Amino acid sequence: MKEATLRVFRGDSSGGQTVDYRVPVAPGMVVLDALHYIQGHLAPDLAVRWNCKAGKCGSCSAEVNGRPRLTCKTRMDDLPQDQPITVLPMKSFPRIKDLVTDVSWNYRVNRKIPPFEPRKGVEWKISQLDVDRVQEFRKCIECFLCQNVCHVLREHDKKEQFAGPRFFVRVAGLEMHPLDGLNRAGLLKDQLGLGYCNITKCCTEVCPEEIQITDNAIIPLKERVVDEFYDPLTMLFRKIRGG
Amino acid sequence: MTANYETREHDVLIIGAGGAGLRAAIEALAQGASVGVVCKSLLGKAHTVMAEGGIAAAMANVDAADSWKTHFRDTMRGGKFLNNWRMAQLHAQESPDRVRELEQWGALFDRTESGDILQRAFGGHTFKRLCHVGDRTGLEMIRTLQDRGVQQGIDVYMECTVTRLLMDGGRVAGAFAYWRESGRFIVFKAKSIVIATGGIGKAWRVTSNSWEYTGDGMALAYEVGAELMDMEFVQFHPTGMVWPPGVQGILVTEAVRGEGGILRNKAGERFMEKYDPKRMELSTRDVVARSIYTEVKEGRGTEHGGAYLDISHKPAEYVKKKLPSMYHQFKELADVDITKGPMEVGPTCHYMMGGIRVDAETAQSTVPGLFAAGEAAAGLHGANRLGGNSLSDLLVFGRRAGLAAAQHAKRSSTPSIDNAQIEQAEKELLAPFSNSGSESPYAVHRDLQEVMQNLVGIFRTDEDLKKALAELVKLKSRVAKVSVEGSRLFNPGWHLSFDLKAMLTVSEAVTYSALARTESRGAHSRIDHPSVDSAWEKKRNVIVRESGGMSRREVPIEPMPKELQEILDEDKV
Ligand SMILES: Cc1cc2nc3c(=O)[nH]c(=O)nc-3n(C[C@H](O)[C@H](O)[C@H](O)COP(=O)(O)OP(=O)(O)OC[C@H]3O[C@@H](n4cnc5c(N)ncnc54)[C@H](O)[C@@H]3O)c2cc1C
Ligand code: SF4
Ligand code: SF4
Ligand code: FES
Repeated sequence: MKEATLRVFRGDSSGGQTVDYRVPVAPGMVVLDALHYIQGHLAPDLAVRWNCKAGKCGSCSAEVNGRPRLTCKTRMDDLPQDQPITVLPMKSFPRIKDLVTDVSWNYRVNRKIPPFEPRKGVEWKISQLDVDRVQEFRKCIECFLCQNVCHVLREHDKKEQFAGPRFFVRVAGLEMHPLDGLNRAGLLKDQLGLGYCNITKCCTEVCPEEIQITDNAIIPLKERVVDEFYDPLTMLFRKIRGG
Repeated sequence: MTANYETREHDVLIIGAGGAGLRAAIEALAQGASVGVVCKSLLGKAHTVMAEGGIAAAMANVDAADSWKTHFRDTMRGGKFLNNWRMAQLHAQESPDRVRELEQWGALFDRTESGDILQRAFGGHTFKRLCHVGDRTGLEMIRTLQDRGVQQGIDVYMECTVTRLLMDGGRVAGAFAYWRESGRFIVFKAKSIVIATGGIGKAWRVTSNSWEYTGDGMALAYEVGAELMDMEFVQFHPTGMVWPPGVQGILVTEAVRGEGGILRNKAGERFMEKYDPKRMELSTRDVVARSIYTEVKEGRGTEHGGAYLDISHKPAEYVKKKLPSMYHQFKELADVDITKGPMEVGPTCHYMMGGIRVDAETAQSTVPGLFAAGEAAAGLHGANRLGGNSLSDLLVFGRRAGLAAAQHAKRSSTPSIDNAQIEQAEKELLAPFSNSGSESPYAVHRDLQEVMQNLVGIFRTDEDLKKALAELVKLKSRVAKVSVEGSRLFNPGWHLSFDLKAMLTVSEAVTYSALARTESRGAHSRIDHPSVDSAWEKKRNVIVRESGGMSRREVPIEPMPKELQEILDEDKV
């Protein structure tokens, strides 16, 4: 049977190093299978998160050969096997052990976002077109890969000021719910720090659900904030130019 | 060695953060109780998130003739009349309200032309009944519940595993748990406890279930004297992936057949014509799983030992819209484009009909203060569950469990817990660190899975089941010798060494019950007793812990009231 080398980070919050493991490669195998092989045969205490093994729960995120990915959807045969495959924990979150990081900050951010609240006296009729429009944002499996790559968090560590792309996706899913009655523009501007995003699109590139985070969630939300808070100015501006 | 632990107190402690646990939490909170929810994974990653096909409720949005009565009848027929009829009635009556409520909390379902919730066909359901969002219904459901619960103020203890229930005399008093991250201990004090820990599929090799499904809740309840029932009824879903090896068992949603998918064997024959010409692919799961198994066994299987499931006759855009995650799953994991060609599928261990025996109205187990809901509880589904009836089960009985648990807490005084129980729990949990043997928890797990897969699978015999019991005895003595490496910091090998105990308890209960039931009914098929025995329609197997070990009883099934019997009879006319 073919073999591959996995170079996996082993360590905890105090530090660590990568360790190489030789793993037999079966047809169609994914990186998570290889990690399970290591657990079962070579390193029983290797810490890895996973649940569904089918790209549905968003538990198994890691950086494979430098790319943030779901390990359960990363095929071994898509990676060059003549060199070691590196598997590192997500960099933007504090390490707990091996590939497991502390993502609890995300859950704290989520608490700031008021959930759906129906408009008063609404009739519960919705057209499929409206459902289709928000469907995209509600597909999010909370893998936090977008949070991991966004430079505002990764390089500048603005966790106090900036909610990150995952939560802009969440707000978009609420704001564009056809029957929602709340307005979250103030929240976006003041507490979630939408303004820090400079539309680099790195988040969109890594999203395993192929959510167009930047184009479909962030930009429309930015427009909404502008409309809400700066509209009189723009109107004045238009007036002067006679537009 | 005695370790320190922290202590938390709640009126109601809920073990499990899937649909059942979260719905229970929301209800208990609404009753004014202080509520804690414990779960093994991160919040939002429980099995419920993986549910694809939909949630069954007789809303009659698509087929106006649907009603709770038809849903009740379908559920009873699907369960081969072994269901707790009162649960089946409550479930059929209350599901539509529970779905509407979910919608009012922000869940978005696919719509009909007139703007109502769209419903799709599923096996065993007379009418189009499954409310859905493409094939990611569970995700929509769990996000809606978790966001509501968190905003309303439940305390969530995530990545925390309960290993023992603590008692105050005959009533439940709390739970002992460890944090997966740090390995440190935590003791919960509570007046009521709701078990919502899901199923047991990880005891089999080929399964759609994740690492979490190790039967913990059933084993915890059993240890403190609660009764388990219907344990022989394990659902093998007809369509799991079979190739490549790494994805074997991963679920292919029944919605594929609901949307018109066709099953064929190697020779291209639509074999369901032989087994159930009336309902064909949308026959109940037990029938379809046995049919595929039989085709393969008799040499008509596909290259990798399955059947073909084909939806490619539908327009590609339609398939991608209604089954998006199946499209991606096959494309990315198996190099198959399901809009162009067939999938290969075969049975996979999927769902546990049996579980903790509960009262239909309150979801209370036979232990005072201990409640159970969702897959961990038994009764609603009888001998075979219909697709879509689990998500509705979670909402209906999750709510009832939360309500009754909160009311029970209001009536109860604060329990006290003696230290001896806690010390015992600590000792038990830490044993694998001091065991000198070299038994690996992973090796024991692999062997257990082989035993259950090969001897307690879809088709069973007296001989195999007895062999399995003997093997389980050996495995139990190996589990006692398991040793683990490393520290207590996030150590999956150590975590598994506890999960193994629970898996062994439920495996033993399944095997005992299967051995006793000398007939074939629903998901339980005995090659040596291939037909239904009417004597077994009036009683069920109950498993309970006694001083000498596991003991089995047969308890009579209460006769159904006339008005319900009439609903079932109507159909025969
Ligand atoms: C792939 C797949 C697809 C499915 N599709 C459908 C469908 O379309 N329709 C349908 O009706 N049903 C479907 N089902 C079945 C349904 O999803 C499950 O039966 C249901 O979600 C179970 O919900 P639950 O709330 O009982 O438990 P779960 O959602 O499984 O939650 C169990 C919880 O208990 C926790 N837990 C377990 N043990 C412990 C412990 N010792 N300590 C602390 N916490 C613990 C877990 O961490 C988890 O939070 C599907 C199942 C699978 C696997
Ligand atoms: S587009 Fe915005 S949110 Fe996305 S990675 Fe760039 S800065 Fe971050
Ligand atoms: S938006 Fe995409 S990348 Fe971000 S958490 Fe959700 S699924 Fe993951
Ligand atoms: S294990 Fe669920 S997404 Fe990878």
